[in-house]
Amino acid sequence: MDKSNLPNYLEHKGKYKGIFAWIFSTDHKRIGLLYLYAIMAFFVVAAILGLLMKFELIAPGKTIMEAKAYNAVFTLHGITMIFLVVVPGIPAILGNFFLPILIGAKDVFYPKLNLLSWWLYMLGAVIALSSQFMNGASPDTGWTFYAPYSFQTQSNVLPALIGAFILGFSSILTGLNFIVTMHRLRAPGMKWMKMPLFPWTLYGTSWIQLLATPVVGITLLMVVAEKVLSIGFFDPALGGDPILYQHLFWIYSHPAVYIMILPAMGVISEVIPAFAKKKIFGYNAIVLSTMLIAFVGYFVWGHHMFTAGMSETSLFAFSFLTFIVAIPSAIKIFNWLATLYKGSIMLRTPMYWAVSFLFVFMIGGLTGMVLGALSTNVHLHDTAFVVAHFHFIVFGGLGFAFFAGIHYWFPKIFGKMYDEAWANTGWIIFFMGFLTLYFPMFLLGIQGMPRRYYDYVPEFHFTNIISSFGAFIMIAGLTVILINLFKSAKRGEKAEMNPWGGKSLEWTIPSPPPLENFEDIPEIK
Amino acid sequence: MTEHSVHDHYDHEGSKLGMWLFIFTELLFFGGLFIVYAVMRYKNETAFALAGEGLDVFIGTFNTIILLVSSATIAMSISSIQMKKKNLTVVLLGITLVLAIVFLINKYYEWGAKIEHGLFPGTETLHQFGHGETLFFGLYYFMTGLHALHIIIGVVLIAVMMVKVHKGKIHEDRFVQLENTGLYWHLVDIIWIFLFPLFYLIA
Amino acid sequence: MENSEHKIVSFKTYGLVLLALIVLTLFSVYITQLDFGNLGIVVALSIAGLKSVLVFSIFMHLLYDKKMYALMVVGVLVVMTIVLIITFLDYGY
Repeated sequence: MDKSNLPNYLEHKGKYKGIFAWIFSTDHKRIGLLYLYAIMAFFVVAAILGLLMKFELIAPGKTIMEAKAYNAVFTLHGITMIFLVVVPGIPAILGNFFLPILIGAKDVFYPKLNLLSWWLYMLGAVIALSSQFMNGASPDTGWTFYAPYSFQTQSNVLPALIGAFILGFSSILTGLNFIVTMHRLRAPGMKWMKMPLFPWTLYGTSWIQLLATPVVGITLLMVVAEKVLSIGFFDPALGGDPILYQHLFWIYSHPAVYIMILPAMGVISEVIPAFAKKKIFGYNAIVLSTMLIAFVGYFVWGHHMFTAGMSETSLFAFSFLTFIVAIPSAIKIFNWLATLYKGSIMLRTPMYWAVSFLFVFMIGGLTGMVLGALSTNVHLHDTAFVVAHFHFIVFGGLGFAFFAGIHYWFPKIFGKMYDEAWANTGWIIFFMGFLTLYFPMFLLGIQGMPRRYYDYVPEFHFTNIISSFGAFIMIAGLTVILINLFKSAKRGEKAEMNPWGGKSLEWTIPSPPPLENFEDIPEIK
Repeated sequence: MTEHSVHDHYDHEGSKLGMWLFIFTELLFFGGLFIVYAVMRYKNETAFALAGEGLDVFIGTFNTIILLVSSATIAMSISSIQMKKKNLTVVLLGITLVLAIVFLINKYYEWGAKIEHGLFPGTETLHQFGHGETLFFGLYYFMTGLHALHIIIGVVLIAVMMVKVHKGKIHEDRFVQLENTGLYWHLVDIIWIFLFPLFYLIA
Repeated sequence: MENSEHKIVSFKTYGLVLLALIVLTLFSVYITQLDFGNLGIVVALSIAGLKSVLVFSIFMHLLYDKKMYALMVVGVLVVMTIVLIITFLDYGY
């Protein structure tokens, strides 16, 4: 099977030994795995925090923690999940590993910068999390750091802010690296409109990372300055404007949602054609809608602030733009469905994930419309409905796509097959748990249960029991999935070069790939 | 450090693209501040005009011209390296460096004088003036301070370039690092081009 | 790859641009010293815009480089402008 006798990237002996052969490696594949391990670790921690929150909400009043502890837990859950898990998530792990391979390159354009991004990521993570272990209370602002509370609270917000700032740098550098890579290192003959869809979505994402992240960077710096020097930008007592903070924060943080979801859509666009044994339907439409989402997604931030007291013109404008941005997302759904139509569908683990992605993503998208409409938003703002909506989008969208991708590319990454029976079992438990956990939260939100409280009125008790029960099922499913993947990475059966009959470039090289991916750069016809 | 051969490539166009992308992030970074400035000034028009009178237009103009000249000299240094005039390149970079330092010295005295008068965020003097003035000077220190930080980084970069040109590591066939330093320096110039009227000419 | 062609811009061009930049600077100082109120700052900012066009296109070689760079710069500036306008929908109206 092996085309060559080159050692693969896992066995390659470089200048350094042991762990240093990894943490000083500039190989994009090893860096991808470094991100994988780090992000998975943070993900597990944050998921357990989420479970603790659901445990607290299993009954009204104090179950396992008081209000203050609950505030600290949801803040840490939010900061970890957003800044450490989902924003870097797919680009840093699967993007790093597969972008160069998919475009027929030996590495990214700046390999050293790539390693630096990982180090910055770890540094940012350590600083952000150090806020938990320092003297004084853990941050209790939520991941949004809303002014003026963020600079008035006595809790340790400063390290969290500085950590988030450094993480932003890491994210920008990854985006920059990817864009230059796609401009300069595509294999000969690979025109822009021949580039696979996963790289295309990374291209859109990278531009958002590049253009949106600096805005939140400067905003967080202003909050730091506010806290240290009391300048007054966002402090009403000094003439500042707290709503302006919200504007600036969401100018980044809404596009950040597209940083999360676009690569997820890219993964799905790779998986579905591979398992439907068909070419993707409407390639051009997917490329175009990707770039449209990236562009329009930049201008819809205000829909997070409908009840903050904006002018009426703003309200109309943001609601209108929000509906516009739904169109390209829907185009993609139709493309995926049309790809499945009359395909010879092969139902394997990645495909289960991809199809369930379509299901949850649709629900997430449609409830987004409910929130984007001004009148319903007033009723649902800051309720459990919002929490359910963005977990359907972020966890249901990005999480499901990530698991689709990691199962799809697992044989290529590790050269081993995972145990399919366990993988499918894990998927069905996880999927059922996911729906049981988040679906009742829509109902709770409509009934008026606010988010971010450790307590609620007795009327909500029954629905909350179901939701909390779902959390336990989901975590059980997650445990099965992760244990299966880790065990298989060590002791799985040897994988073939192309176990799925995929058509893209990564399936033309050995599993696991050799150090420089391609012996000869492929020519695309 | 090179683990495999791909690291050895030299791609002028690619490196320049990377620098431009970095410049875009810088533009957005300052862009966020310009939005804050615009909103604050819209809400406190008169106070901003009054506070702006506290700044010395002469020093501001002088510093603007210094930066413009330094921008021209670094641009010329790139032409001269292409014309294989190594010594001239070093001299032009040297002039740029000196001008950058003069800019910083001016800034130091300007800030020093303001701080002596108690015009610094958080002081009683400033708060007595009122909200508009507090915000104006808050923005003044934050934006010019961040700009000065960029100048300091630029000084280091230019110094490194001088050494590299002198040692022959940058020459007529491999000068993208110098060109990128130039791009960075022009960016710093452009930001100042906007800071100058917004703070000094608003009175 | 195509590393070959780099236009060498003459010192004279740079000198002339520098001269224009300095004249524009002095003019913007002059115009704001006359008491035109808000109009003065509008003119000063327009001059700043003109100056940055000069720096972008000649000092930063956008005029001589591939059109892609100029397109990207324009794109980024358009995004920034739209963001500013949309933010102002909350303040000006």
